Amino acid sequence: MRSRLFLWVPLALFAFFAGLAGYMLTQDKTEFVESAMIGQSLPDFALKPAFDGLPGAARSDLVGGQPRLLNIWASWCLPCIAEAPQLEALQAQGVEIVGIAIRDRPEDVANFLARHGNPYTRIGADDISEVQLAIGSSGVPETFVIDAAGVIRYQHIGDIRESDIPILLAELEKAR
Amino acid sequence: MIRVLLAFLAALIALPLSAQDTMPPAPYAYNQLDDPALEAKATALMHTLRCLKCQSQSIADSDAPMAGDMRHQVRSRILAGESPAQIRAWLVARYGDYVSYTPTVSASTWPLFAIPALLILIVAAVLLRRLGRRRADAGDAS
Repeated sequence: MRSRLFLWVPLALFAFFAGLAGYMLTQDKTEFVESAMIGQSLPDFALKPAFDGLPGAARSDLVGGQPRLLNIWASWCLPCIAEAPQLEALQAQGVEIVGIAIRDRPEDVANFLARHGNPYTRIGADDISEVQLAIGSSGVPETFVIDAAGVIRYQHIGDIRESDIPILLAELEKAR
Repeated sequence: MIRVLLAFLAALIALPLSAQDTMPPAPYAYNQLDDPALEAKATALMHTLRCLKCQSQSIADSDAPMAGDMRHQVRSRILAGESPAQIRAWLVARYGDYVSYTPTVSASTWPLFAIPALLILIVAAVLLRRLGRRRADAGDAS
């Protein structure tokens, strides 16, 4: 009798895995790849201006003084349009935002800023995504909190919504 | 009639669903290295690195602009004398193990390697005992 019960073990195992697979199918899948650079020093870089209205961006522009936001964006990125007013709201609160435009043309950057507002003090042009790869960013838009020592303290993936503003302000405060 | 035809033609034009950049690809995104030995090294590595925008493809398989930029990093770093292991480590330091298709033994993956070995040991032990018993039975019978 005991050995008979034993025969059901493989079936029970199979049912368990089938159930697990079915359960996991109903769960949300995150497509986000988080940067492993949080807590690490911002890598060295120096990017030329993305258009002639603002200076370019280098690591030294993000170090010292107050914590800053480093915003990875592009004029061809649709969520970046949705994010633009939220960045302006952060700027209105006194936050300095340095932009990096990924694979972008100067005239497109200028057009985007004329249409959707300019919250940046500087924008560097990253034509081959080298700085994006160096800081572990895997898409646009993404926003990083950089403290005065040049350490990456926080990463926000995706467009900033209204509800994200208090979180980012708190992270900037923590980085002080 | 012409309007209908025009409407049909308009329907045939494929417009991209989401915007993509129009910039030219990075120099080494689609250009091979001149030295075939270095290019072979770079290609072998690119087949084992995950594209971050299209996560079920390697960067060698993907036409996403970001995959091209990653290929540029791989080829230019190989050209600069870095080893494939160094480049993989550079990317893993930025994106975690996720970016690499080569499995590594770590705190969370060791059971994947340990369980099959353990199962083989258990099966071997059971088999030896059974075979040993049968041989003993056969010895009794003769």
